Amino acid sequence: MSTDPYAEARETTEGTVYTVTGGDWDSLLDSVSTDEHDDRIVINMGPQHPSTHGVLRLVLELEGETVTQARSVIGYLHTGIEKNCEYRNWTQGVTFVTRMDYLAPLFNEAAYCLGVEKLLEVEAPRRAQLIRVLLMEINRIGSHLVCLATGGMELGALTGMTAGFREREEVLHLLEYLTGLRMNHAYIRPGGLAQDLPEDWKEKVTDFVKVMKSRLPDYDKLLTGQPIWKQRLEGVGYLPVDGCLALGATGPILRSAGLPWDQRKIEPYSCYEEFDFEVPTATEADCYARYRLRVAEIHESIRIIEQAVQKIEPGPVMVEDRKIAWPAQLSIGSDGMGNSLEHVRKIMGQSMESLIHHFKLVTEGFHVPPGQVYSCVESPRGELGYHLVSDGGTRPVRVHVRDPSFVNLQTMPAMSEGGMVADVIAAVASIDPVMGGVDR
Amino acid sequence: MTEPTGTSKDDQEPTGGKQSSAEASGAATEEQRTRGGEPPREGEVEQSADGAADTSPEGGTRLAPTRERRGMFGVRGTGDTSGFGGLTLPGYAPAPAERPYGGWFDELADELADALDRNGIARSAVRQITIDRGEITFYVERERILELCRLLRDEPALRFELCSSVSGVDYTAPDGAEVRQPLHVVYQLLSMTHRRRIRLEVALDVADPHVPSVVEVYPTADWHERETWDMFGVIFDGHPALTRILMPDDWEGHPQRKDYPLGGIPVEYKGAEIPPPDERRAYS
Repeated sequence: MSTDPYAEARETTEGTVYTVTGGDWDSLLDSVSTDEHDDRIVINMGPQHPSTHGVLRLVLELEGETVTQARSVIGYLHTGIEKNCEYRNWTQGVTFVTRMDYLAPLFNEAAYCLGVEKLLEVEAPRRAQLIRVLLMEINRIGSHLVCLATGGMELGALTGMTAGFREREEVLHLLEYLTGLRMNHAYIRPGGLAQDLPEDWKEKVTDFVKVMKSRLPDYDKLLTGQPIWKQRLEGVGYLPVDGCLALGATGPILRSAGLPWDQRKIEPYSCYEEFDFEVPTATEADCYARYRLRVAEIHESIRIIEQAVQKIEPGPVMVEDRKIAWPAQLSIGSDGMGNSLEHVRKIMGQSMESLIHHFKLVTEGFHVPPGQVYSCVESPRGELGYHLVSDGGTRPVRVHVRDPSFVNLQTMPAMSEGGMVADVIAAVASIDPVMGGVDR
Repeated sequence: MTEPTGTSKDDQEPTGGKQSSAEASGAATEEQRTRGGEPPREGEVEQSADGAADTSPEGGTRLAPTRERRGMFGVRGTGDTSGFGGLTLPGYAPAPAERPYGGWFDELADELADALDRNGIARSAVRQITIDRGEITFYVERERILELCRLLRDEPALRFELCSSVSGVDYTAPDGAEVRQPLHVVYQLLSMTHRRRIRLEVALDVADPHVPSVVEVYPTADWHERETWDMFGVIFDGHPALTRILMPDDWEGHPQRKDYPLGGIPVEYKGAEIPPPDERRAYS
């Protein structure tokens, strides 16, 4: 006879039959059925639950199926990136910050580099700025697609998931071709870019735009008008504009409440003022509005990409100042990526000074004048801000990231309390938190 | 000595801005040293000398400079044979801005001064105003931070309705040199109505890291303040539930303090042993 409390056994004519129950559910029900707990139970969702966006833990107090209180517990993905940046030089910081919000790596790089450039009081060349815009918008499409895909999966729209990840794969393929890596690119550097785009980038980007234009209408067919999708999202996760401002929510959450706040329009950076695009807004302030805004933003991103392809002209992609410009004449060597032999031959044969400069720039890094700046960009999730402090040395004193996921996740209780358990999932999906950014 | 930043010695200085910190900071430190070298003690109010104090909310104690840097290459504990090891680069103290500030900064400072008067808050609540790289920073007395935030949020002419971020900065020198009030709390505020961004900064002693919480004015500061407590050990008085947020509840220490080690182990690469990052040679 088994004594396993979760596999109750009873004898039948066919032999022993075990009834396997889940975890401590029975004892939980027993304790709830006695009146002392007032029919309220507290349950943990996650960390690591298929519908909690990674290692996020939700603590829900339930009365029947109604959520009376909800709290999120974070920190499971804390990697100390901010502290690590203080022990590397300013250029090496790029490889750290790109790993924070891993769905929007290029936004992290761009915001960080804009901050460093502000501290240095230099401006990246025009070609580099436009390429940054191009890459950021491609990245925005990828990030929103993942939001739609995982959101669809969490709500049971599994075809939405496969479709979303299929298109996102196109984005990653393109980014790999343009920057060399699918994620964690470290392509945008203080002063410009690590290197120029490959020669036939224009064709690749144009092909990508064509593919996206043919496939995006599928999302409208698959999700936008679908009755189940609408029923799950409409009127769910409501957060009006005053709630957004009090809780600091930005990005699609704020715009779904009717405030057209977009850093690209308000405080244009990287030549965004030259681009013609709309900031989609809605007034319903619910999950469905946020879903529609994300789809609309993908369309706007495609518009920006098309304009960027027209605007980008040949030119340098790194500042002229050789005291800042990282020597990156890269080629694929026997040990992966390295400076090309041709370049090494040149700096070693040409002059002793350039060799010394190369060496000092790589080992020491460049000095950044003391002071502090706050630079922010519009990431797919809202205001992504970098507070950078320098004391004049070659390493940051402080790199603080105002990650929109971290701030937006605070709105989860306001969106979920009083609703059903299933609506918590919809609300979290519409916040679109990326735990790498939340925990940093 | 005259070039405290030392970004580029033989190239042109990239810090050519009007309100650039580089030269001004040297002057500020110099000024403080000539005044007797004794930094003003906490609580002791030192009025700003210029006549602009009438229209400016600025007044009160000046900020202490951060650490001095030694040696051209900042190398410590190794044989620096360059002969530049004896150089001393003065610490950086943000320079107080002078009127006119330019742009909307003057208007904002006037409005803030008026608002302080109307609400009966002493102007010394703002210790110093610094404008650097197109950003304005108000250094605030810590006892006044909550009132000031409420003022900044509610006054129609100011209307900073969004608190973007609250975080800490630890200016403690890595070599143990003395820095007065090294622990700073930084607030990034945004006015969507007027499309302005400002920064508030509060300097604290490590021995007394208390600051009033602004959660009742900006509910979004809840998690930010918890993170600042977690990482820097700043205690926000009046916070509804000041618990750790990123580190486990039973963690000891505050990881982003400068005296908290980064940690790590040496790794071997192609036969050579590479020390962990915080034990590698630093050039600063």
